[in-house]
Amino acid sequence: MQTVLLPLLIPLVFIVLTLFAWNAPRLQRMLSLFGSSALLLAALSLLAQVQTGEIAVTQIGNWPAPYGITLVADLFSAIMLTITGVVAVLVAIYSLEGIDENRVAHGFYPLFFALLMGVCGAFLTGDIFNLYVWFEVMLMASFVLMALGGERAQLEGAIKYVILNLTSSALFLSATGILYSVAGTLNMADLSIRLPEVNSPGLVTTIAMLYLVAFGIKAAIFPLFFWLPASYHTPPVAVTALFSGLLTKVGVYSLVRVFTLLFLTDVAFTHTVLLVLGGFTMVVGVLGAAAQYDMRRLLSFHIVSQIGYLLMGLGLYSRAGLASTIFFMAHVIAAKAALFLVAGIIRRVSGSFDLRRVGGLYRDQPWLAILFLIPALSLAGLPPLSGFFGKLALVRAGLAQGQYAIVAVSLAVSLLTLFSMTKIWMEAFWKPIPEKAPSQNREAGYKFSLVFPALAMGLISVVLGVLAQPVYGLADQAAGVLMQPALYAAAVLGGLR
Amino acid sequence: MDIVLPTAILLLLILSGFAPFIQQAQPHRAGLLMAVLPAGLFLTLLGRLSAVLAGQVFTYQLAWAEALGVRFSLYLDGLGLLFSLLILGIGALVLIYGGSYLHGHHQLGRFYAFILLFMAAMLGVVVSNNALTLFVFWELTSISSFLLIGFDHEKEGSRFAALQALLVTGGGGLAMLAGLVLLGQIGGTYEISQLNQMADILRASPLFLPAFLLILAGALTKSAQYPFHFWLPGAMAAPTPVSAYLHSATMVKAGVYLLARLSPIFSATPEWQTLVTGFGLATFLAGALLAIGQVDLKKLLAYTTVASLGTMVMLLGWGSDLAIKAAMLYLFSHALYKGALFLVAGAVDHETGTRDVSKLSGLRRAMPRTALAAGLAALSMAGLPPALGFIAKEVMYETTLAAQPVSGWLTAGALIGNALLVAVSGLVGLKPFFGAAGQTPRHPHPAPLSLDLPPLLLAGLGLLGGLLPMTLAAPLVQASAQAVLIQPLKVKLALWHGLNPMLALSTLTLALGIGLYVGWQPVWGFTARLRWLGRFGPAHAYQVGLENLRRFAAWLTYRLQNGYLRFYLMTIILTTVALAGLAYLRSTNGLILRNDWGAINFYEVVLGVLIILAALTITRTRSRLATIAIMGIVGYGLALIYLLYGAPDLAMIQFAIETLTVILFVLVVYRLPKFTRLTSPPARLADFLVAMTGGLLMTLLTLIVTARPVVPHISEYFLQNALPLANGRNVVNVILVDFRGFDTLGEITVLALAGIGVYALIRLTIGRRQVIIPPAEEE
Repeated sequence: MQTVLLPLLIPLVFIVLTLFAWNAPRLQRMLSLFGSSALLLAALSLLAQVQTGEIAVTQIGNWPAPYGITLVADLFSAIMLTITGVVAVLVAIYSLEGIDENRVAHGFYPLFFALLMGVCGAFLTGDIFNLYVWFEVMLMASFVLMALGGERAQLEGAIKYVILNLTSSALFLSATGILYSVAGTLNMADLSIRLPEVNSPGLVTTIAMLYLVAFGIKAAIFPLFFWLPASYHTPPVAVTALFSGLLTKVGVYSLVRVFTLLFLTDVAFTHTVLLVLGGFTMVVGVLGAAAQYDMRRLLSFHIVSQIGYLLMGLGLYSRAGLASTIFFMAHVIAAKAALFLVAGIIRRVSGSFDLRRVGGLYRDQPWLAILFLIPALSLAGLPPLSGFFGKLALVRAGLAQGQYAIVAVSLAVSLLTLFSMTKIWMEAFWKPIPEKAPSQNREAGYKFSLVFPALAMGLISVVLGVLAQPVYGLADQAAGVLMQPALYAAAVLGGLR
Repeated sequence: MDIVLPTAILLLLILSGFAPFIQQAQPHRAGLLMAVLPAGLFLTLLGRLSAVLAGQVFTYQLAWAEALGVRFSLYLDGLGLLFSLLILGIGALVLIYGGSYLHGHHQLGRFYAFILLFMAAMLGVVVSNNALTLFVFWELTSISSFLLIGFDHEKEGSRFAALQALLVTGGGGLAMLAGLVLLGQIGGTYEISQLNQMADILRASPLFLPAFLLILAGALTKSAQYPFHFWLPGAMAAPTPVSAYLHSATMVKAGVYLLARLSPIFSATPEWQTLVTGFGLATFLAGALLAIGQVDLKKLLAYTTVASLGTMVMLLGWGSDLAIKAAMLYLFSHALYKGALFLVAGAVDHETGTRDVSKLSGLRRAMPRTALAAGLAALSMAGLPPALGFIAKEVMYETTLAAQPVSGWLTAGALIGNALLVAVSGLVGLKPFFGAAGQTPRHPHPAPLSLDLPPLLLAGLGLLGGLLPMTLAAPLVQASAQAVLIQPLKVKLALWHGLNPMLALSTLTLALGIGLYVGWQPVWGFTARLRWLGRFGPAHAYQVGLENLRRFAAWLTYRLQNGYLRFYLMTIILTTVALAGLAYLRSTNGLILRNDWGAINFYEVVLGVLIILAALTITRTRSRLATIAIMGIVGYGLALIYLLYGAPDLAMIQFAIETLTVILFVLVVYRLPKFTRLTSPPARLADFLVAMTGGLLMTLLTLIVTARPVVPHISEYFLQNALPLANGRNVVNVILVDFRGFDTLGEITVLALAGIGVYALIRLTIGRRQVIIPPAEEE
């Protein structure tokens, strides 16, 4: 059995199983725990395998590369898959309580696994068109998840979501068509060898820009991020947490992949564009967050802002920069998901997401305060939590490259991030309960299945800080592989295994 | 390896975590019980004084994130020891005091927890040898300070002050982080003890000056130097024991500590001397002058703390052996008397219900112990013999007098500042306790021993330090000054220096100060009329800046995230055109377009026209349903093109997907309101142009690409191997189900998902009008 295939097969099998269990919601919930755990185990075993330096490759249908479709797992992919597994398990647990019977009865879990399948497929594929296919799987699954429930706000958000993401798909597809006619191949390893030989480098850079926009929309970078704040606050928090952990990150993953493997002919231009866009993404995102009063909207804008940091590491295009991006990715997914999950608990306890209508939680709910404070401070980059090490790594990488402007921006934005986190703290926790507040309901919030995932995500942030050395070491190793595209190409094209 | 340092930090952290539970178990004695730990640690470290004095350092190392330069390496030398003793000693007293001061407060447990957290963090700052580990602890002190300033969190003023302190020190901290990383990258190490040895190498780098300025920003904000001083008076919103501990005795000295710690690297540069001395002097004067007009005991003390911090920074900036000695001595004596005075102010507030110095008088009968502590501490603050403050002031004058070529300026500044300090020490140490008993909100009672003993101890130590300077003060001053200078230094301290210029200056200071004290009411009344000047001050600038930032954020966000899908699409299209256009224009390929169109079939023309017409119609229609239906026409038209080119399989897929998409869209769109035409004709023209540029870009790209020779690469393989290897004559079919069957698996999944989506949306919204969704997730 090919371990590379497992992260795809497991969600597929569980889509089918949960579909068979359509009329047995409790069974579906059980299956979701099994399925996500199995996915995590598969990802971990793959991680263990490629951590030795191997790039695991499998040719689907045994058609030799570059003619068939290749699945490739280098260390970066394996790390992303592992993060996906962790998010999947914790969101599955949160969903036990956080997703209502109606949604389960209407296909929540098959969609959940379909989303995971799309995400894993995107992380594993070594074929640019196949990547498009997994994007479509993800898009369809996430669209239905977002609209599931049929609340009016949900539908409005879902419409914007799907239209803007379809624009991305259209660009992706067009770019792929053009790329194919220029290079005559779709296999990414093959492309990495053939693209530098194309006699029209300007055309290749143009194609690179099309991909930048297509993936940039997915990753929600400036000025393409509109779909995210327009839609993320509408579905249940469990769904938003899942999206925040995975969807934009697939966009970033794809950007990293194509801008370390394929489009290296004009790094001075392409990666500077990435760096500039990263800077704007940070600033605009955090300012957006500062202007919000709905916790979910506030956190959604933060996703955008943090994407800027991920872009920064890629734009620096050095081993240290990429390592920082990978480390930051692990950090931000955990911190962000934790914050969304906590926001969900706050909503259940205090009755509202609106910061103007809640208050007094610090006085009455100290444990909830701790639950919030850890990921919030981590997101703001305060030591000794994971966010600090992510920020430190980026600052080091940036200063080493002499990119002072982006370093200054990233530090200023981290202060603004702190500012907007204190906004939630001041309003929801410190401020006395406002007069028109909805009634508090402690029991609704403090269920094991809600608190445990939120706590676990927060603890991941602590652990990533304490174990910064081995985790950064792993990210650095993965970055080392990314910086040598020839390794990837050799592993894929080196023949059947 | 010395295990005591990490153990101390760890134990304090653990105790911090358990503090709320200890408080619950022992509501009356928790503070006293917990004070045992810092007191014990204090004694342990005190036992190392002689070894440290002899030049020994205690170190500890643990790998943390080596790849990022972060090593958990600790280092105790004289400077660290002086600070550690202050942190632990005053910390123990504050735990005892705080338990009594906040007795019965329902958040007392949290108070203990945060104080202990701060204690651990601050201890970490002063024993860290790794610059980044130092930063970790540094930020932790900011956070614990934030939580403590906001202790009265239901008051808006407390929240404002907490945020202000956090943002100012946090902003400086980030600059400092960049500076430390730069320094580390120049030097190749983050170990401060090593960096201190390579000043020459560091100074040669062009990045040296930026690194210095950035680190300076961190130190100045943390130590409340002008123009960042304003957060410190604001921080007086914290309970008084916090003000005594964090905001006068220890945390605000972290910036001073950092400057002292790094002075071997920077102090020989002219920038250091000018900037550090200049900021220090400015702060000294600003703090002393701003104290005039204050009637709140805590505000008075806060501004004089700012002034004293300025003094220390000024002395460090000057950097001569004498100046360093003066700085260390001043720091030590200030921590003792100012901590004591804050605790006294707390006791007075606690017993009388007011801190307004104009209302307080004659308390010495009701609160004799408090009065004694206040008097002793005020003696030291005023720089009168025989208190330690007197010696500190003498050494300070000695330094400024020797500070050529600016001795005149420095001495004059010091004279004004010190005279003001004399007046303020009279106001806080004498005025409330002497004269006729005043009217206070509460009838004054003697404060409990736990509120009086801590300030008495501190003030008494200040007095004894003056009486026995060689026993009590000199060893610590010598140990710390040696550590700052990294060379041996013999420190001699004595009350009586003989008749010299310093004594004359002291006398003059006293005379001026007493004059000001006697006439404080008219002076204070006059300055009250100058309050409007605050509008030009940095505190106001902070407030305005924050308000403008909020407004700008709201404006920008409203502009960008305006809710119009039309705008979002336009932005995406324009971005695409701009980036792709820019990329293409950079190249020198020129524009070679396809000009051979081959034979054009009649059906192709019909289909093409149909698709274009449909697309145009969409832009004119006002019904969402019609739009979707016409979009279906475009999709089916494309499917027909596949048919024309001999790919029936593709066409079938396209038909299926189009059909499902249309249904899905209809279901979603069904609930949305009708289109209304909101845009004006010019805006529609702009939309048209944007759409056309987008279309033009794609058309041009297509023409450019198709003008190039076909690259046969993998298509050749498919043509040759479809039959022999995959047993299929229809190559497209073989590609779909075999060569690239995996893609098809994904597409089938998409189809299935769309099916679920259609079903779910019908059932959950349209099928039943009343959808029951538990209120928990519905807003």
